[in-house]
Amino acid sequence: MRNNSATKLLFELSQPDRRAAVFPPCDVPERSLADLIPGDQLRERPPELPEVTEPDVIRHFVNLSTLNMSVDTHFYPLGSCTMKYNPKRHERLSNLHGIVDIHPHQDPRDIQGMLQLLYEMQEMLGEIAGLPAVSLQPAAGAHGELTALLTAAAYFRDRGENRTKVLFPASAHGTNPASAAIAGFDCIQLKGNDDGLVDLDELKSHLDDQTAVFMITNPNTLGLFEPNIAQISQMLHDVGGLVYIDGANMNAILGITRPGDFGGDMMHYNVHKTFTGPHGAGGPGAGPIAVRDFLADYLPGPIVSRTEQPDGSVQYSLTQPSKSIGRVRSFFGNVGILIRGYLYLRTLGPDGLKAVSEQAVLNANYLMTKLQDVLPVPHGKRCMHEFVSSAASVQQRRGISAMDIAKRLLDYGFHAPTVYFPLDVPEAIMIEPTETEARRTLDEFSDAIHAIVEESADLLHDAPHTTPVSRPNDVQAARQPILRWQPTPTATPVGSGT
Amino acid sequence: MFVLQQTIGQRSFERESRGYYGEFHPCQTIDTGFESRRVAYLFNTADQQQQMLEVIGERSIEDLFADIPETLRLKRPLDVPAGLTELELESLTRSLAKRNVAVGDRACFLGGGAYDHFIPAAVDEIASRGEYYTAYTPYQAEASQGSLQTFFEFQTLICQLTDLNVSNASMYEGGSSVCEAAFMAIRSTRRHDRIVVVGSINPQYLQVLRTNLEHLNCTVDIVPTPDGYADPDEVAHHVDSRTACVIYQHPNFFGCLEEPEALVEAAHAQGALAIAAFDPISLGVLKSPGTCGVDIAVAEGQSLGIPLQYGGPYLGLLACREEHVRKMPGRLIGQTVDRNGKTCYVLNLQAREQHIRRGKATSNICTNQGLMALRATVYLSLLGPQGLKEVAELSCQKAHYLANRLAQVDGLELPFQRAFFKEFTLCCQDGASAFQERCREKGFDVGPNLEFSLPDDSRTGLPADQTLLLAVTEQRTRNELDRLVDAAAKQ
Repeated sequence: MRNNSATKLLFELSQPDRRAAVFPPCDVPERSLADLIPGDQLRERPPELPEVTEPDVIRHFVNLSTLNMSVDTHFYPLGSCTMKYNPKRHERLSNLHGIVDIHPHQDPRDIQGMLQLLYEMQEMLGEIAGLPAVSLQPAAGAHGELTALLTAAAYFRDRGENRTKVLFPASAHGTNPASAAIAGFDCIQLKGNDDGLVDLDELKSHLDDQTAVFMITNPNTLGLFEPNIAQISQMLHDVGGLVYIDGANMNAILGITRPGDFGGDMMHYNVHKTFTGPHGAGGPGAGPIAVRDFLADYLPGPIVSRTEQPDGSVQYSLTQPSKSIGRVRSFFGNVGILIRGYLYLRTLGPDGLKAVSEQAVLNANYLMTKLQDVLPVPHGKRCMHEFVSSAASVQQRRGISAMDIAKRLLDYGFHAPTVYFPLDVPEAIMIEPTETEARRTLDEFSDAIHAIVEESADLLHDAPHTTPVSRPNDVQAARQPILRWQPTPTATPVGSGT
Repeated sequence: MFVLQQTIGQRSFERESRGYYGEFHPCQTIDTGFESRRVAYLFNTADQQQQMLEVIGERSIEDLFADIPETLRLKRPLDVPAGLTELELESLTRSLAKRNVAVGDRACFLGGGAYDHFIPAAVDEIASRGEYYTAYTPYQAEASQGSLQTFFEFQTLICQLTDLNVSNASMYEGGSSVCEAAFMAIRSTRRHDRIVVVGSINPQYLQVLRTNLEHLNCTVDIVPTPDGYADPDEVAHHVDSRTACVIYQHPNFFGCLEEPEALVEAAHAQGALAIAAFDPISLGVLKSPGTCGVDIAVAEGQSLGIPLQYGGPYLGLLACREEHVRKMPGRLIGQTVDRNGKTCYVLNLQAREQHIRRGKATSNICTNQGLMALRATVYLSLLGPQGLKEVAELSCQKAHYLANRLAQVDGLELPFQRAFFKEFTLCCQDGASAFQERCREKGFDVGPNLEFSLPDDSRTGLPADQTLLLAVTEQRTRNELDRLVDAAAKQ
């Protein structure tokens, strides 16, 4: 049951001389701190952290947690994010002492189990991608994009080619152009065709010996598989360019088709999406990349290698590719998330993985069909694992926006879909049910949408009505940013339970 | 097969479901036919699937994939191991875990950017709540106040720790945070040609900088630190009017303290920004980056209640002075009011970010390290000012006790005559690897060994194959320290 006084800030709970953690007395002969550290380097007083007890802390954060929607508590059809169920066995097993308590500088001889696990993860990701060389370093999808583009840049440099352009469709995730820009490329955005797919003529007009990489999400962000993907890849390869597959939508094609088989040269996975990471209220994720053989030497390291010893035993070790771009982060990678992904792949196996995609696509098409009468989908008769509806006609008819519908869904006990993305669909509502929802939930969601579009426009403009807070004033937030609590009137005092 | 459990949370399972959650298959061979295969986490029965297909107007699931050309289909099963039940998975994972020697099985004196600090149980308790870890980026503020307020508190705690005005809601980890700070400085100063990096920085951070900057023709100018720390005059000599920033680490990779105020001055004298990589635990006793005048402070936040887990996920911290806020990477949470005037929290200043600004964004970061930021928030709440001070002082005292005792052992030497915090550099006459091996046999892990971590010894002037680091946290006991000294002495 919700505790309405739970929204006090930690700092408002603070009272002098209270604390939760106590440490044992020093058991070595103590010296004056000033003997150890020059006086001008010492701080005059401890940082002004809050002073609270352990029950304060627990009650505070437990009560705050009840103000969240989550996959454990609600249907969460956030398009492009693959909010599938997060199996609890992953949490137990990734927290085993012999798994979680491993220091990154430990001797490889002492962590052969860990290295075996990571090696097998590399192998499985290479197989699912159809791209054999894998780096587990990147911390998230966008980090994987950047890493792959740096890898491509190194490859071209090594070949003496000066390629400056990265192309991507208008429907691309914002991370694609952002990653390309940070990697030092010129970003060129391509208009899509009327079907929401890549316009081959438009693409062709931009291809030349300056073209480095075409970044494409496939299935694309409209939830459509690019039927011309093989031809597109060929066009890129004909001018010496590379094809990058943004793997955000891998949940649609596991074991059905592989990026490497339809012409991709590089891709990233979002382990927190496809392989049920989980999402952690914004992370951590893991964004490993898989690339073709000829790019393997440029990958960031370390990579786990397997060698069979003369006596038949197997040894795992860390190696650096010969022409590696270097590191993209400290240490090995977001191992805790990679382990959860590994456990997921080992649970599902080849049949299970294929079934995941089949059921994800079935669920999405079912929901799309159920909603077609009120939220039509402008592009495509069928979808893959997600679909993009438009609320444009509802808006015209009833004066209610995609945002209104999204907000009202919260009152009905559903997390909102992604709205206003992709940018080229007016009043876009991007829905990804995932395979871990039963038909009953999809029916309830559909019923909710049908009810909402007939509700009074005024009611919807003010929605949500039952959440802990109503719509926030974003304009005020941006105009006078308050980005931390301060013990002065700068921060508005927070009322308790009002 | 029998059903042990029929509900998860509030939603009940369809009885016919083939989802095997709760089903028990102790010793069953694996079939591959659709009807009989064991598939986890799927919740529609064959009948239901058929009904759904009828609603859609297709005959088979296969028909839904018609857009994928036949020639591109995978015509065989994926070559990955067959699926496992939970029981089998547990046994597999436990057998892998047994092949690792975990921290705690040996006493851990490993450092180099990740540390074996104590994690109170309350941190794990809160972070294991599904309401936090199964949510995503709080795009819908009304349904995410729990995470949003937590991140607002996180930002506040990092500001309190660093004495800087603004903190973002987390980066990936230490190395990539240093790199993001450099990009920030380049944008802020509009100086794209060069940055200056003090050579005593963690070599992995330096490698990340080089990976990201050198191919853009941005010079990464490294100031050598033969004494284990930087000479501020030497640093000043490297900084010119084209330098975007000076980056230093304090306490540095070798454990030594730098002279932060003088390094900041060296940067500012030429209009460059000062970027400090700090150890959050050290701020229990050391002067904060903000007090020293730095413009951007970054850190590896792993020490704040995050398990070692072989290098990640960790937590990147990034805080800065207010004037740089619109150049910051990553999520920022702001306080505002809702329509009824009630205080609430939102994703703020999103016009900096990739989902709005695309190719002109301040960074490409999207998914960050939210759950790790939650852990750090709980950790710092539990410790408070006094607890943080105790952890810092205990680590510092014990590190000095150990260093002094090791220095008395024949063949061992502390090469740097410099104050340090909780980590120090040790030279071993008969080789760092031999020393590590002796310790390992007696139940201690020490390192990293610079032969592998910093093979280029031009930055220290020390022979890399004879040099290693040792870190001491509050968890190490005097008994362990004394036994390590015994193990260190050659037989």
